[in-house]
Amino acid sequence: MSASTLRIALVGNPNCGKTALFNLLTGGRQKVANYAGVTVERKEGRFTAPSGRVLHLLDLPGTYSFDANSPDEQITRDVCEGNYPGEPAPDLIVCVADATNLRLHLRFVLEVQRLGRPVVLALNMMDTARRRGIAIDVAELQRRLGAPVVETVAVKRGGAKALIERVDGVMPVAVAAQSDDAVSRADLHAQVRELMAATVVMPRATAAIDDALDRWALHPVFGLGILAILMFMIFQAVFSWAKPLMEGIQAGVTDLGNMLTVALPADSALHSLLNNGIFAGLGAVLVFLPQILILFLFILILEESGYLPRAAFLLDRLMFKAGLTGRAFIPLLSSFACAIPGIMATRSITDPRDRLTTILVAPLMTCSARLPVYTLLIAAFIPHRTVWGIFNLQGVVLFTLYVAGIVSALTVAFVIKRFRKDKSEHALLMELPSYRMPNLRDVALGLWERAKIFLKRVGGIILALTVLLWFLSSFPGPPEGATQPAIDYSLAGRLGHALHYVFAPIGFNWQICIALIPGLAAREVAVSALGTVYAMSGGTDAVASQLGPVIAQQWSLATALSLLAWYVFAPQCMSTLAVIRRETNSWRNVAITAGYLFGLAYLASLFTYQIAKALT
Amino acid sequence: MRLSELPKGSAAVVDRVDDAHDADLIAQRLRDLGFVEGEPVRVVACGPLGADPLLVQIGSTRFALRRSEAARVSVCIEVQA
Repeated sequence: MSASTLRIALVGNPNCGKTALFNLLTGGRQKVANYAGVTVERKEGRFTAPSGRVLHLLDLPGTYSFDANSPDEQITRDVCEGNYPGEPAPDLIVCVADATNLRLHLRFVLEVQRLGRPVVLALNMMDTARRRGIAIDVAELQRRLGAPVVETVAVKRGGAKALIERVDGVMPVAVAAQSDDAVSRADLHAQVRELMAATVVMPRATAAIDDALDRWALHPVFGLGILAILMFMIFQAVFSWAKPLMEGIQAGVTDLGNMLTVALPADSALHSLLNNGIFAGLGAVLVFLPQILILFLFILILEESGYLPRAAFLLDRLMFKAGLTGRAFIPLLSSFACAIPGIMATRSITDPRDRLTTILVAPLMTCSARLPVYTLLIAAFIPHRTVWGIFNLQGVVLFTLYVAGIVSALTVAFVIKRFRKDKSEHALLMELPSYRMPNLRDVALGLWERAKIFLKRVGGIILALTVLLWFLSSFPGPPEGATQPAIDYSLAGRLGHALHYVFAPIGFNWQICIALIPGLAAREVAVSALGTVYAMSGGTDAVASQLGPVIAQQWSLATALSLLAWYVFAPQCMSTLAVIRRETNSWRNVAITAGYLFGLAYLASLFTYQIAKALT
Repeated sequence: MRLSELPKGSAAVVDRVDDAHDADLIAQRLRDLGFVEGEPVRVVACGPLGADPLLVQIGSTRFALRRSEAARVSVCIEVQA
């Protein structure tokens, strides 16, 4: 390491404003990756100090204690101790503490100090502390700690000036390293009490505004009501804002593909590869962005404002009964729009076991991509008539499909809980932080990060699979004088015919079997794939309107119901599988998810078909 | 008395945290979070279903604890002199 660079690790309790401080210091100059082999996020950034020195900043996961309870906390400990393979020990540790919550945060500061490395304490949110009348004798705190203490306001421009000056100055002297055992751990609390008594005056333990807001937000009736209204509004926004954007992206990418390939012969393989492989894949990737960005805009605002753990608090009991945790609620709810942002949002679940269960059941939530398939089949097969006086039968069927998704997700989670080997108790133990005004820069950086993660690491997989599916559906081409649609002669067509043996017991004809293969790309693709098999042309809407009467005539009701049941479960969406791969860092989990979902889909369709056939 | 039995709104002082089993990580974490002897504690709110979880205030921090977690904490109700 040259003398002009300095490696700084940023540590602190969760909710200390550490990431906001990191954003303020580094701006957009951040690199987000994963620690090797685990799904813990590694955030690194750098900035140039006034002296011209380059400072490398590592934002370590929020930690309550070095007695680590989660993979995140283990990494923070190992990096601080200099024991993490491939990660050089930091030259300086900046310990961030919330100035309004020092009773909790100072204990970790003392724990960090005992590592025997140079430490600077950043008292963050000093503006809030002053507003609440909290007086901190910084000079005395500094003297007693034997480490430099600076004040910061991470949400204000220039709010880290004192910190930058301090880390750019003379390296602070470390206190002697101390061993870590149970007795001395208890002493830490005694030391914190002493420090608090000598240096901090708090007129009130909590902010009055938090107490007032929580009386409503956590109220058994009003709290649930507020949650329901919030969620309803978010869903309205996602559906009304995302749909036009998604259609625009689809049309734009298709037009771009057509424009760029206009010089090529229309029946050449290259023309088809570019349009139906590459550009279709590009469209398949980009089309997810509106939903991801809009959902995460709301999720980040809820998270930043401190509401997210409140929602988890309200619903923990319900979710826990099913083998999940309250924190799983928002990710699962997001999955009704799309499982991809839902699965990405499981990062807020700190417990790895709870997180994995949530990821495994998220694809069962009825995402918006199932709607075109449901609408097509319901319109073609379910009569438009009134049942029980007020309900429309078509609506009842659609509602049943949604309920089937929820019930099966809860059942699967319950079964996982029942049959897993590790039956140990995993705690909720969740801090409800102070309410805060979401900061524009932090939300924007968070969104940018999500979009980058999706495009860079999931986009590649989706693009590659789209090209593969294109290849399967296009080769070999039809022979001279072919009478059937081209797809019938392709590898996908042959595969579909072979699959027909497997799918005959659940009532799928060979046309459906073939359509299922390109339909692996995404659920809504099944409609256009069926159109291709039945040799129809035009856009999705045009195909759907032609397809309805044809299938109504050619399929039995049992087949249609069976296909509906199939779509409740089947993971006919490689993007979901790709994001599971990325978020769990394991192909094994992808195989488990795909395996159990296809298994459930087959069983559900088998029962539906056989029962419906017996009854009709 | 257990923290899980403490009525909503009433104040108490932590006596100790008991391990529910050997190497109880949850109990250790509660101690690290400040559930140590002499610390004032209060149940601020309860979840809407089955009054679970509990919202517990300790110091300036509020933690949501499931009842089984709160049952590890032994508390004494302060006697007003």
